[in-house]
Amino acid sequence: MSALHINEIKKYFGALLVLDGVSLDIEPSEVVAVIGRSGSGKSTMLRCINGLEKIQAGSIEVAGHRIGPQGGDLRSLRKEVGMVFQSYNLFPHLTVMENVTLAPKVVKGVDRQEAEAIAHDVLRRVGLAEKSGAYADELSGGQQQRVAIARSLAMQPKVMLFDEVTSALDPELTGEVLKTMEELADAGMTMVLVTHEMGFARQVADRTVFMHKGKIWEQGPSEELFANPQTPELRNFIAPNLK
Amino acid sequence: MIRSFGWESVEFLIRGAGWTLLLSLMTFVVGGFFALIFALLRTLGPKPVRLAIAGFIQLVQATPLLIVVFLAFYGLSFMGLHFPPMVAAGVSLAVYTTAFLADIWRGCIEAIPKQQWEAADALALTRIQQLRYVILPQAFKISLGPTVGFMVQIVKNTSVVALIGFVELTRAGQLLNNMTFQPFHVFLTVAAIYFAICYPLSFLSERLKGNRHVRPAH
Repeated sequence: MSALHINEIKKYFGALLVLDGVSLDIEPSEVVAVIGRSGSGKSTMLRCINGLEKIQAGSIEVAGHRIGPQGGDLRSLRKEVGMVFQSYNLFPHLTVMENVTLAPKVVKGVDRQEAEAIAHDVLRRVGLAEKSGAYADELSGGQQQRVAIARSLAMQPKVMLFDEVTSALDPELTGEVLKTMEELADAGMTMVLVTHEMGFARQVADRTVFMHKGKIWEQGPSEELFANPQTPELRNFIAPNLK
Repeated sequence: MIRSFGWESVEFLIRGAGWTLLLSLMTFVVGGFFALIFALLRTLGPKPVRLAIAGFIQLVQATPLLIVVFLAFYGLSFMGLHFPPMVAAGVSLAVYTTAFLADIWRGCIEAIPKQQWEAADALALTRIQQLRYVILPQAFKISLGPTVGFMVQIVKNTSVVALIGFVELTRAGQLLNNMTFQPFHVFLTVAAIYFAICYPLSFLSERLKGNRHVRPAH
């Protein structure tokens, strides 16, 4: 069974059709990069997957949870589907440790000791074990984003969604975040990442999906897709990135 | 009976100030309680509730406090509800405080970026948990300065209930002036007492506004 099954979804913002019958299947442990211009619908599609945006038609099944135009059991879904945002969105009034343990404690009812053990583990995975007492504003952007990844990992998700997670970072800080994501991919996490990092998509993603005008325009194994784009739109899109 | 302004007079005024403080405190506690509920419903309630609260806030804010006080004291007694001045004063000040604090606190809740709600949402927190653990702690820190600043307004505005005969600091001053005919002694002392109550609050409010421990959200 696929980890994520998107079936003919449509999404409108007012009268504007932003997702026009998108379908996509993702296998467990698969890493899929979604690329495309601003306004192509790629972030919106990602946000539909965990119900942050409602869909008007079609259906989504992710980690065994279903969403349709009527919604779905979003809380159960979000317990198993993590999301990392472009702007990190750490909770600024809480320490790193508190950021990471909040959801396990409050949502899953894990006791404090166990939550902290989980937090130590995930913070070590993102290389920030020593920062557990820090506040967000004491960390660099790259560190904040790694904490955000750890916060999401602490819920032990089956699928993780990454929404342009390096776009707000200075170039010299993107590397550390990409490395963390690569390690997650190697560990077998099912990942969907909307990204502008073509090199990363090509290297790490098993498959790359190119979105254009609210549709999946072209997709295929990453190496193949970048080496041999079939549509003029994709060719135009990746041309400047290859130079 | 004409007396001269002396230590006894100051004592009399200080007793009046005690009532001013008590009335201010009651007003703040009762008004604050409703303001918190109103602020939450104003931001998160269903649309008719939000509109109703917005209407209430607009209405009270556009009405002079003295009129609210008269409505509570004379208006309600006309309808057969006789409140003693103490109760009428408390009710009208609480209504006034509710309207202003609800608006101040709504602003603080709305100042928390939408992404904070979203991040908590994506972590499967319920609406109530999002408020409890993520939004309100941040909104609370932002609200401290303006809230303490508004307490100054409450303390000063309790003086209008002198007009319905509640003997707080201002009314005590009026009575004393009628006995001593020394308005400058009396009212300067009254002003000094108000200052002694309000200045520390203003000072604290400014300090809280400048507090850099309030961590901005990204």
